[in-house]
Amino acid sequence: MSIFINKDTKLVVQGITGRDGSFHTKQAIEYGTQVVAGVTPGKGGQMFEGTIPIFNNVYDAVAKTGANTSVIYVPPMGAADAIMEAVDAGCATVVCITEGVPVLDMTKVYPFVKEKGARLIGPNCPGVISPGEAKVGIIPGRICIPGNVGVVSRSGTLTYEVVYQLTRAGIGQTTCVGIGGDPINGTNFIDCLSAFEKDPKPKAVAMMGEIGGTDEQEAADFVKNHMTKPVVGFIAGQTAPPGRRMGHAGAIISGSAGTAAEKIEAFKAAGIGVAVRPMDFVELIKAKLK
Amino acid sequence: MNIHEYQAKEILHGFGVPIPAGKVATTPAEAEAIAKEFGVAVMVKAQVHAGGRGKAGGVKFCKTPAEAKEKATAILGMQIKGLTVEKVLVTVAADIGSEAYVGIIVDRQRKKPVFMVSAAGGIDIEQVAATTPEKILYLPVDTRYGLRGYEAMRMGFFLYPDAKLAKQAAKIMRQLYTAFMASGCSLAEINPLVATPTGELIAVDGKMVIDDNELDRHADIEALRDVSSEAASEVDARNCNLTFIKLDGNVGCVVNGAGLAMATMDLVKYYGGEPANFLDIGGSSNPEKVVNALRIITADPNVKCILFNIFGGITRTDDVANGIVTATKANPLKVPIVIRLTGTNEEIAMKILTENGFSASADMDEAVVKAVAMAKGGQAA
Repeated sequence: MSIFINKDTKLVVQGITGRDGSFHTKQAIEYGTQVVAGVTPGKGGQMFEGTIPIFNNVYDAVAKTGANTSVIYVPPMGAADAIMEAVDAGCATVVCITEGVPVLDMTKVYPFVKEKGARLIGPNCPGVISPGEAKVGIIPGRICIPGNVGVVSRSGTLTYEVVYQLTRAGIGQTTCVGIGGDPINGTNFIDCLSAFEKDPKPKAVAMMGEIGGTDEQEAADFVKNHMTKPVVGFIAGQTAPPGRRMGHAGAIISGSAGTAAEKIEAFKAAGIGVAVRPMDFVELIKAKLK
Repeated sequence: MNIHEYQAKEILHGFGVPIPAGKVATTPAEAEAIAKEFGVAVMVKAQVHAGGRGKAGGVKFCKTPAEAKEKATAILGMQIKGLTVEKVLVTVAADIGSEAYVGIIVDRQRKKPVFMVSAAGGIDIEQVAATTPEKILYLPVDTRYGLRGYEAMRMGFFLYPDAKLAKQAAKIMRQLYTAFMASGCSLAEINPLVATPTGELIAVDGKMVIDDNELDRHADIEALRDVSSEAASEVDARNCNLTFIKLDGNVGCVVNGAGLAMATMDLVKYYGGEPANFLDIGGSSNPEKVVNALRIITADPNVKCILFNIFGGITRTDDVANGIVTATKANPLKVPIVIRLTGTNEEIAMKILTENGFSASADMDEAVVKAVAMAKGGQAA
């Protein structure tokens, strides 16, 4: 098993003819993902690489191909609209890779997606890969191998680093999810931890967080109260200077929360194994799998 | 992006928020002339992107034009939290009856903009939140519907029992919300919102922070950017589409991706070194970005060793390798360089580097250990 995407994922690519969209679509096909449709308004009726039909909108793509998942590579100013279109057209899972989506756009998208009962991953994320089954987004397929560790991360390349080190040590993954580092995203750590807990396949979970916000602290509470599977965590930004503050109001609403030290403390209190360096994941996960 | 108080107040005024008359001066003589024109007591206020201007002596009350000139002389050129004051706002001093705090911020927990209002304004609002949280009303707004009339009225009456003032305040809440949304803000604040003894409300200070991701939609706001108020190296980096934050160490870091960049800094520290910077070259790479990154980093005299840590996904490692070769041919390096790269097109990248006399490793920890040793003047391990 796997979470969010699997062998039955039928993918529609929004922005399939763009630079990033076309490059990563080819990679996804090569990986064995069922890419069934593309969407680029104005290019409906054409074919991508001679095999994948392109539609003017997601509604047509879903109606004609049975697509159930969408991945979005459209430019930032159109990304919010693209997410809502995919959800409205009936895609149950939407992965938005686009970086630079205005946060006020996301304040409209988030409740829309929730009310429709869809799963949004991202924006500004590397996507999801279930090794050996399907890949949606930009996580390089060759650094992953199938196995029994679930991976969830707020970062892109740091995820690759950890997955690569696990793979080199022969530790495979069930699903790797990059949830993205934006202030408002569709899926958080708890959503992924809860999915890994329910999925019978993963025997341990690796999570990579970073400074800012309180998502990791809430995730730690969740692990303590609701998870039976072992979790190993890492926080990036242990040496980062205090960030550019958002003014008075920001400091108040988030309290003093958000430092690496505080997050690591929360991990320890919840019984989460703490990786000080990315390479520490290997030994810690190995120990948990025993 | 931060904008100055005078710019934020002009935007708010454009949406109907009442503000005191004011003009910007860059010389003491200009400040004097503006004060003379107004003909009443004025405030002379430093325009810098830093909090605590008042405590630093950057905000002064002046009864006469001569006093305005004198205070402007003191404030212009003053350093506040490392920033030089280049401009002052000369503004009519308001008669203060009471002071309230009104702010909106995008709250990541609630995933909505949230109003915060308090009758205890004018002072440190963080202190109010810590000691008397009951004096603050938090009101989240569903941006699909906007701020509703009754929500604005609720905040108005929370601040002022007097109906006339409450209605004026509600109107200002709606105007502030409209300005916040229309300008793509992540924060907007009026502090203090002053009630005058004659029962008028006026925004005596205003602050706005714009979401950088909105700037493509708002050329008018991008034009307000004051580059003189930012570190030159950070402006340079932004113009090259790089994210750069200068730090105090001596290991210059060039990394792709913010998470990996932070993890690299952490690892430098773990192995006993100090990072000189945070630098993210971002996703889609081109050799030009690497050339710019090297130029910015080597401009820092503290840098004793340069560390590249590239995990190619979207980023092609051969682009990075070509960038390193191009940059170092044009400007030979005076400090050692340690390169770690792996991922997309790794074999091509390694070949390019080897042919040009560089060595590279595929292991992150190995590269960091080596860079820390070289920055300390030791030999490569």
